[in-house]
Amino acid sequence: MCTDCGCSIRGKEEEHHHDHHHDHHHYDDHCSKDHQKTHSHIHDNPHLNDPKTITVIQKILDKNDHEAIHNRSHLDSHGVLGINLMSSPGSGKTTLLEHLKDVCDFNYCVIEGDLETNKDADRLKAKNIQAIQIQTGSACHLDAFMVHNGLHDLPLDDIDVCFVENVGNLVCPASYDVGTHLNVVLVSIPEGEDKIAKYPVMFRKADLIIFTKVDLLPYFDYDIEKEKAVARSLKPNVDILEISIKDEESLRTFAQWIDFKRKMRG
Amino acid sequence: MHEYSIVQALLTQCEEIAAKNEASIVNSIEIKIGVMSGVESHLLKVAFDTFKEGTICGKSELIIHEQPLRIVCNECGNETQIPIYKCTKCESLNVKVTDGEDMYLMRLEME
Repeated sequence: MCTDCGCSIRGKEEEHHHDHHHDHHHYDDHCSKDHQKTHSHIHDNPHLNDPKTITVIQKILDKNDHEAIHNRSHLDSHGVLGINLMSSPGSGKTTLLEHLKDVCDFNYCVIEGDLETNKDADRLKAKNIQAIQIQTGSACHLDAFMVHNGLHDLPLDDIDVCFVENVGNLVCPASYDVGTHLNVVLVSIPEGEDKIAKYPVMFRKADLIIFTKVDLLPYFDYDIEKEKAVARSLKPNVDILEISIKDEESLRTFAQWIDFKRKMRG
Repeated sequence: MHEYSIVQALLTQCEEIAAKNEASIVNSIEIKIGVMSGVESHLLKVAFDTFKEGTICGKSELIIHEQPLRIVCNECGNETQIPIYKCTKCESLNVKVTDGEDMYLMRLEME
């Protein structure tokens, strides 16, 4: 392979004796004259039937990442903070969003991702929270394109924070940047210990980890301090909150955390 | 099972690169999968062999390089390749990840 342009010209150096016009020149001393001719041949004849190896080095999800950047700038242009909520099913994402409204001063809307049904969006609308539902069908995660579609249906005027409630899953959503500014990962006490250690990719992505249903701690053998230590061994600077919807003060700490992050974005 | 979505993205990417290079067949595809990218290499291979049919990559071989987590310690500068985010020398957690968390398309052979 040529070290100059990376194209593969295996086996062509010796056999190449042609006299057509070459308009492509290499000035590198390491390139032999024959080699240069072969290059010219390839560049002049794009329909070459020999194998050609090219080095790409491109993120496989670069299209998604590009769309995510687009989503983020859309949110930025409206002065909206985007928060991606992730957790396993049933850890309390929707419940948290239902109750947050009672303790916060900012306006928020929600893009809901579920495999089926509009139940979550309906629950939020019942509390006068603007919400739209994305049914992913069989997809186990939201990607930046789905969130883009969701944003089209959400007028962001008068909105301060846009939550993306991802599909309940501790694996797949971790691989996709959906175009929010922050990742919040929930883990509930009844799920049992070791969730953080078992799903490191997800918890490594978290800007904030929320332990939910902490009012159930007396009924479970759950060493919450040990879990926090595991989280901080994966990500030393991660923020951690403990929340129970039965304790309004704990909910308020989440609202304050969001307020602080909003201020930090000017 | 988001490996199927990853494969769809990979096939689209290969088709675009092949079109740009006026190639009609992709013989092999080399990718680098970080162990902390959240993707299972074996499932990715199964998904690839299922979805490649009928595309320009129908006869392609998928070569997967599994990339271990690579970290550089911000405290002592030690560089290690281990599956934890902790310096093996000074045990600091203040480390920078240099590889092993992403998925890359590296090389294509086509004709």
